[in-house]
Amino acid sequence: MGHNHGAMARSLLTPLAVVVLVLAAWYSEMVVRVPEPPGPVVVTYWEKWTSFEGDAMRAVVDAFNRKQNKVFVKLLTISGIENKTLMAVAGGNPPDVAGLYGPNVAQYADDRAVLPLDDFCAEYGISAAQYIPCYWDIGVYRGRVYSLPTTPASTALHYNRTMLREAGLDPDRPPRTIEELDAYADKIFQRGDRGRIVRAGFMPAEPGWWNWGWGCIFGGKLWDGKTKITANAPENVRAFEWIQSYSRKYGATDLQTFRSGFGNFSSPQNAFLSSQVAMELQGVWMHNFITMYAPGLDWGASPFPHPSDRPDLANSTFVDEDVLVIPRGARHPKEAFAFIAFVQSQEGMELLCMGQRKHSPLVKVSDRFWKTHPNPYVRLFADLAYSPNAIAPPKLPLWPEYGAELNNAFDQIALLKKSPKEALDAVQERMQPKLDDYIRVARLRGDEP
Amino acid sequence: MRSQTRTALLFASPWFIGFSLFLAYPVVASLYYSMCDYSVLRPPVWVGMHNFRNLMKDEVFWISLKNTAIYAGMALPLGMATAIALALLLNTKVRGMTIYRTIFFLPSLVPTIPLAVLWLWVFNGEHGILNEVLRRVGLPAPNWLSDTAWSKPALALMALWGAGNAMVIYLAGLQDVPTEMYEAAELDGAGWWARTRNVTLPFLSPVILFNGIMGIIGTLQVFAEPYVMFPGGSPARSTYFYTMYLFDNAFIYHKMGYACAMGWIMFLIILVLTLVALRVSEKHVHYQGG
Repeated sequence: MGHNHGAMARSLLTPLAVVVLVLAAWYSEMVVRVPEPPGPVVVTYWEKWTSFEGDAMRAVVDAFNRKQNKVFVKLLTISGIENKTLMAVAGGNPPDVAGLYGPNVAQYADDRAVLPLDDFCAEYGISAAQYIPCYWDIGVYRGRVYSLPTTPASTALHYNRTMLREAGLDPDRPPRTIEELDAYADKIFQRGDRGRIVRAGFMPAEPGWWNWGWGCIFGGKLWDGKTKITANAPENVRAFEWIQSYSRKYGATDLQTFRSGFGNFSSPQNAFLSSQVAMELQGVWMHNFITMYAPGLDWGASPFPHPSDRPDLANSTFVDEDVLVIPRGARHPKEAFAFIAFVQSQEGMELLCMGQRKHSPLVKVSDRFWKTHPNPYVRLFADLAYSPNAIAPPKLPLWPEYGAELNNAFDQIALLKKSPKEALDAVQERMQPKLDDYIRVARLRGDEP
Repeated sequence: MRSQTRTALLFASPWFIGFSLFLAYPVVASLYYSMCDYSVLRPPVWVGMHNFRNLMKDEVFWISLKNTAIYAGMALPLGMATAIALALLLNTKVRGMTIYRTIFFLPSLVPTIPLAVLWLWVFNGEHGILNEVLRRVGLPAPNWLSDTAWSKPALALMALWGAGNAMVIYLAGLQDVPTEMYEAAELDGAGWWARTRNVTLPFLSPVILFNGIMGIIGTLQVFAEPYVMFPGGSPARSTYFYTMYLFDNAFIYHKMGYACAMGWIMFLIILVLTLVALRVSEKHVHYQGG
């Protein structure tokens, strides 16, 4: 009997354990999904920034949380934000607001990973007219708004006035055309012992963030906006020939050796900050790094030069921005947008952009913002953003792959492994079928591109 | 008895559940996804062998495979030879040997990312310590990181830093070589090299086989170091390895189905190489008492 009793107890044990496990799982889920307490709705917000850029956004979040008591925004700093947002959306547990990068928008919108914001914008009276056109446009995909900007950036030629002066050039007259840029570069260029390069005027591969886009500076397009990749358009080939001319005149290996001695971007050994390269294409953020690592640097900024036979391409600038999106599956999209709308207000935006020391993407800017902004060239960057030659990456879902191909082509021509035409033809040949494939699948799915 | 089985199963169940959820299910699912057009964000669409056919035509796939094969071809023999040589050296009877063993094992404890960042400085073409030494002794100092011809050898050299793990396994194997064999060989007049060749290595052969197979798996899956040191497989894709293309497809291009197909091809390659290694070893591996 006693033996039987034990067996029965044991046989009961298994289902009991299962029940306990299930209960524990259910309870832990309950603990994780705290039932909404009375009081403000908690909106989770994932953002990539750290350091002073993170502090600037935290100040905006705090201002929003203080201003009203219906919504409480919880800001979490997340690295690799675009991958983690992707996984969180796929797993059905995304944050309510995510701070992605501008070039992510097309890809995420195309995959329906982020919600369209048109209705919310209408409700809050947010419209294109309030923004510098290129910055509004980055958030638009196939006619719908999927993201709104946080901080924007445009680029300009940054030049080291001391180095220009030392080369006998007028530091108040930076180069205006590509031809002038080349001539300036040659004057500043210096070799040291054993023929090693010790100083360069300009290097197309430095800093290397827009290697894909030089064609646009020469008036090229990367995509016709519909069905054709235009990687090997004549303007793009011309730009790559210009890049290759630097490898030819200074020597690809010598340039490589020179470059390999540069320190990290965010360090005093940065090529521009340590006066190794005199002229660089850089963004509005560069001022922050100059202040941090080379406060004594005598520098200036001016619109990036254009080919002398294309005066219509003056004021070319690469524009980009960080954006806020509401991921698909967010629990509180309405409350999330209340926060986004606050960031879009002149008050919120100026607090953020001043904190990060960038210009505002909004058309309306307060006098105080201009007067107290630490970057002496902030108006230049804002003006450049209005330029008809503002360049943003093409809004193609396959842009990450296309961009990687262009960067690889840039490497190949800079190392003299391929001719510009060959390299760009290869990109064309590889990407066109991918676009064809993408369009075919999109049609099958019923979302006409 | 049955209830005992049940209790055993119950106690083992955390492992079963964990294994099924976190290993078996993903493996099976990835096989299914490899035959789908799947972006992670949208439901998968069955496309049959389309991904595999496309891979065969994909130039970058072949470049990444070739890079990986070249790297493995350099890193694997170099790594094994170094580990065996170190193990042999550290198996001699010298005072304070445990300290030497520890010193040679220590580097393999450095985490991957700091290691990669550290080696970026070692390999720096202008100011790197390696080139500084090479220049002093009058050897050419290449641009390890930005010359397409030197980027893969640089990684293979760097991999030697982690030879300590294999070295410890070889050392353990060396303890198993019966001393009477050495005595017999010595009586026959065998020198150090003859003893190593005819006694040590045959006894060590099962360990060499094990380390060889682990090495094949490890080198073919090299990822973290090049991913940190060579963004995008620069320069000109000379360090664009198989796993990097797989990662980009999965998480940057959102082509999870394509990436899964790549994963399964890598699995088949490793499976075939392992079978070949086992087959080749039949003649050369000696198991004690077997």
